[in-house]
Amino acid sequence: MNKQPELVKLIDTTLCTACRGCQVACKQWNELPGLKTKQLGTYQNPPDLQWNTWTLIRFQEYEDKAGNFQWIFRKDGCMHCTDAACVKVCPSGSLYYTPLKTVGIHRDKCIGCKECVSACPFHIPKYDAKTDKVYKCDLCYSRIKESHAPACVKSCPTGALTIGDKDAMIKKAYARVKELGSDANVYGDKFVDGTHVIYVLQFKPEVYEELPVNPKVPLSVIVWKDLLKPLSLLAAGGVLGGAFLHYMIHGPKYPDLPKDENTEGGK
Amino acid sequence: MTNHYCDLKNADVILIMGSNAAEHHPIAFKWILRAKEKGATIIHVDPRYTRTSARCDFHVPLRSGTDIAFLGGMIHYILENKKFFKDYVLNYTNASFIVDNGFNFKDGLFSGYDPKKRKYDKATWVFDKDGKGIPQRDMSLTHPRSVFQLLKKHYSRYTLDKVSSITGVSKENLLKVYEIYASTGVPDKAGTECYALGWTHHTTGSQNIRTMSIIQLLLGNMGIAGGGINALRGEPNVQGSTDHCILYGNLPGYLKMLSASLDTLDKYLHKYTPESKDPQSANYYSNYPKFFVSFLKSLWEDKATKENAFGYSWLPKMDDGKHYSTMHMFDAMYAGKVKGYFCVGADTAVSTPNSNKVRKAMENLDWLVGENIFDNETHSFWKGPGVDPKKIKTECFLLPAAATMEKEGSQSNSGRWVQWKYKAAEAPGDALPVGEIEIKIMAAVKKLYEKEGGPNAEAIVNLKWDYLDSKGHFDVIKVAKRINGVFLEDTVIEDKAKGTKTEFKKGQLVPGFGNLQADGKTACGNWCISGSYTADGINKMASRGKEDPTGLGLFPNWSFAWPVNRRILYNRASCDVNGRPYNPKRKLLEWTGDKWAGDVPDGPWPPQADRAKGKYPFIMQRDGLGALFGPGMAEGPFPEHYEPLEGPLEKNLLSSQRMNPAAEIFKSDMDQVANASEKFPYVCTTYSCTEHWCTGALTRWQAWLLEMQPELYVEIGEKLAREKGIKNGERIKVSSIRGEAPCIAMVTKRFKPFTVDGKEVHQVGMPFNYGWLFPKDSGSDSTNMLTPTVGDANTFCPEYKAFMVNVEKL
Amino acid sequence: MQITRRGFLTMTGAIGGGVALSSLGLNLNPTRAYADELGKMDRIKIAKQVTTICCYCSVGCGLVCSVDKATGKIFNIEGDADHPINERSLCAKGAGFFDLTEANKHRLTKVLYRKPYGTEWEEKDWDFALSRIARLVKDTRDKNFTKRNDKGELVNRCEAIGHYGSSNVDNEECWIMSVKSRALGMVYIDHQARV
Repeated sequence: MNKQPELVKLIDTTLCTACRGCQVACKQWNELPGLKTKQLGTYQNPPDLQWNTWTLIRFQEYEDKAGNFQWIFRKDGCMHCTDAACVKVCPSGSLYYTPLKTVGIHRDKCIGCKECVSACPFHIPKYDAKTDKVYKCDLCYSRIKESHAPACVKSCPTGALTIGDKDAMIKKAYARVKELGSDANVYGDKFVDGTHVIYVLQFKPEVYEELPVNPKVPLSVIVWKDLLKPLSLLAAGGVLGGAFLHYMIHGPKYPDLPKDENTEGGK
Repeated sequence: MTNHYCDLKNADVILIMGSNAAEHHPIAFKWILRAKEKGATIIHVDPRYTRTSARCDFHVPLRSGTDIAFLGGMIHYILENKKFFKDYVLNYTNASFIVDNGFNFKDGLFSGYDPKKRKYDKATWVFDKDGKGIPQRDMSLTHPRSVFQLLKKHYSRYTLDKVSSITGVSKENLLKVYEIYASTGVPDKAGTECYALGWTHHTTGSQNIRTMSIIQLLLGNMGIAGGGINALRGEPNVQGSTDHCILYGNLPGYLKMLSASLDTLDKYLHKYTPESKDPQSANYYSNYPKFFVSFLKSLWEDKATKENAFGYSWLPKMDDGKHYSTMHMFDAMYAGKVKGYFCVGADTAVSTPNSNKVRKAMENLDWLVGENIFDNETHSFWKGPGVDPKKIKTECFLLPAAATMEKEGSQSNSGRWVQWKYKAAEAPGDALPVGEIEIKIMAAVKKLYEKEGGPNAEAIVNLKWDYLDSKGHFDVIKVAKRINGVFLEDTVIEDKAKGTKTEFKKGQLVPGFGNLQADGKTACGNWCISGSYTADGINKMASRGKEDPTGLGLFPNWSFAWPVNRRILYNRASCDVNGRPYNPKRKLLEWTGDKWAGDVPDGPWPPQADRAKGKYPFIMQRDGLGALFGPGMAEGPFPEHYEPLEGPLEKNLLSSQRMNPAAEIFKSDMDQVANASEKFPYVCTTYSCTEHWCTGALTRWQAWLLEMQPELYVEIGEKLAREKGIKNGERIKVSSIRGEAPCIAMVTKRFKPFTVDGKEVHQVGMPFNYGWLFPKDSGSDSTNMLTPTVGDANTFCPEYKAFMVNVEKL
Repeated sequence: MQITRRGFLTMTGAIGGGVALSSLGLNLNPTRAYADELGKMDRIKIAKQVTTICCYCSVGCGLVCSVDKATGKIFNIEGDADHPINERSLCAKGAGFFDLTEANKHRLTKVLYRKPYGTEWEEKDWDFALSRIARLVKDTRDKNFTKRNDKGELVNRCEAIGHYGSSNVDNEECWIMSVKSRALGMVYIDHQARV
């Protein structure tokens, strides 16, 4: 076949049991440490994605207006956008599109400017001050390019996580949504030119915590990318460019203020 | 499990009750969801809405400790509405048997109860027999003393109103579950039940399971693909460790432990070898002497002779009627009677109920030997909270053990698959496999007895104990072969039915327990596992064949399943009396006219319609049939609802007998009880979580897991939290009359109050995965500070699942 | 079983729905640009693959340990794709199996001894531990042995020593412990099957 390889990972939230095999498998493969946490009144821990946690199961107790209860589990992580804000803003070429159309990350090139952190509409990239670098899921690029499933997909017991050819996975997602009926919907194929991670959601997107209903590449990023970035890079190189962009968008403020520790992490 | 994990996919209805399968057996849940994909209905009955509930068709909350009431109501529903599978009930159960005239049941008690001893005399729990000694039957099932009619009468008291009032389950929900589950009482439908510690951890634990067994027999769900009763057991080799009976009451292969009154081998064998006069009952345990003598030979080989009754007198004997379970051991240790303690791969200072008592008891030890891969609260009890090491006399050893991937050997899963595992790496430092440590300790003890002698030294000195290889390491293959069994002499075995004679040479492995001998010609460490090697020495446990000829997921060439590689127990009951499958679409077994085809059948005999050669399907039962009437149980042949030792009610709503009349009550000064007390008004239950395992003794040391579940919490419903002014995430105190457990409040919609006897009853729940040793600064300790020393009357499995607590802001 | 390299490939190749990525007709041979991203996968390809069974719940899932042939150390553990029960997948505990190996700094590696009234563990060797434990066992047994019970029946038992565990060791080890306890005349014998 001459077709360009394009992979999509499908997260069917209606099959997830929140066993968190994926959350640990990710750390095992990517050799990410477990860090000290606190019990905050929820199973969700760490409370959010962080530099050492690239895939996170969010737990949410949801009761609809009629009083029907559902404990929602949603695996959060990089969506691998086709039109990825993080790649657009990255001044150093650390974030890049892989030949499989996923968003990879060359850690050695990362300069810790954190532009991607603020640009990402899904709040995915996380900065670690100790190494002064940004971290996020690369869809196990080292595995998928060798025809192996990403660690999370491989570990998933119930088929909530699957990966395959883009068209086939989108078709599969829509078939599942049809089977589920009601408010079930496919999330991810319609915006930022389509993501390479898509969801089957049981409820409308607005029900889910930390899930943007209409994610967009921020306008400032578009302005920057289309108008200013080439100039800036030309003038001052990547590092300065990053700082310039940062100043342009946010002013002289630190962009990734840690969240209040007592935030209920999606109970 | 009567069935096995992959078989769950074959079910039409799966009742998950007494289990939180998605959290504690996540991969089992894969097979449950596979059934769901094919249209099965999955029901979760549990006090709390869990990750399992989230993926089931529906969840029904039930007050902890009321499972028998719930299931008794289902029996009532099945019988009243004639939903049972009549052909099966008639032919494959003891429904038609006539019970002794003296048997009765009045106000919560069966005939023969002695309140002083808290025990039954079971003399009237027997069947009427004909002149030949065969149980009398009434195939019309109308005789007032038939098991069927007695069953009907017993459960007629379990009306929807009564059950709802006891359990706190709405009548609508009760009916919904009963209707859906009872729909499997037809030949082409299969219903299965998954339980776990949620059923066993009760004063009525064994009877919880028996109630479901009665339902499964009534619906014809035993012995079929997608059916059975499936214990999702909690530990990697708990099936194997049970099969090898590291248990006071049994010897390997579930052979009975000896008691003092059975002073000779003959008396012992007579007592435990059941006799049936019914020629159609295979009564497989009539082979008991072969299994037992072969076991004695495996211990002492040529030192065990006919003349010395194969060393029978060397084995220890328990006093008749006395029990020696964990709770009994710590009770005796607390009284200063136990001086030395081996704690291997366990953390009993966290896992045993009433941990305060357990830890106090350990201070009386002269010595403690621990074997483990990490330190834990038991090994380091002498430096625990509130303990001054300078006052503890105990001499302690903590021996470093190899982890599972650092040693070769076999492990048995709940589906009885004995799977071989290989050594991937050397254990770090001085660590050794537990087997090697134990062999070396015993070898050193043996040496001392050889030199110095001592009481009953023969038992030790004569022990065959050559299980180290030439390099001085654990020879696991040699032990595995000893377990399988070996011919000690040249032996000719005659099969009269087939008219064949087979010769075996001395030293050859026994190909299966059918070849074991009662005269000392064979040695077999555990008859159940016999057949795990072929006679030529091929290790079947290591088989990795993926063939699935029936399409039912039996995988007959993957590992070895005991007994004799049978994948589904009682499988002959999947066919009618002529050997035709009840459900041709899920054909587990079929009589082809001269043999059975499919799974390994429960015995080679023809189906039971052949009155001359045919046998009944439940071959391990003396009478060959499924026991609706089960006289083996301590508290009665029919399960009855009793309240837990501690509950919210002053009275049992069904009878004047509040708690299990046969459960043993421990009476030390630290065994206090607070039933229906205003000080401790909330029902509490305990459980594990996906991220930790048991006491957390392995998983708390692992950062990836600890990060997800870092410290002890209590799950509290929103209404109770509001009443108590407790906020989500704040540190609070949970207490029972026995102890306290500070922890984090997790306020949740997943616990809702129950309406019990017209009153609102709140329930809370806590994981039992934490202790003081690690993580160090969490301030949490064992949840078992709260739990009572009381257990099931048959098994002494402790009551961890229902007791009373208070919750308070700090 | 020490499975072949091909075995490992089928192991990891299985994707959702049982389809391998390569069977989707995709050209999965992109340029290998950065060596740091190749490391682990390349090591796996040349590693020894050894199967084991999970040591937590009783489902009995299969795992494959990848062992560095040069050092003999395990460096990666994943689910066994050939295993008929877990079919490659693992839960959180299984997926974290690697943290049970010696990579976990909390593992016990030395014989530890705490003398009566002592305040700390001391490191000892096996010879010390085995001979001292044997002596304690014999002395306790001999001193507290019950030849006959109150009724005068021969019982040959020792109620002064208890044994607990374990359902998380192998069958052959269980049998050894079951037999050892009986030969010593112990009756307080129990393990996790009851709790």
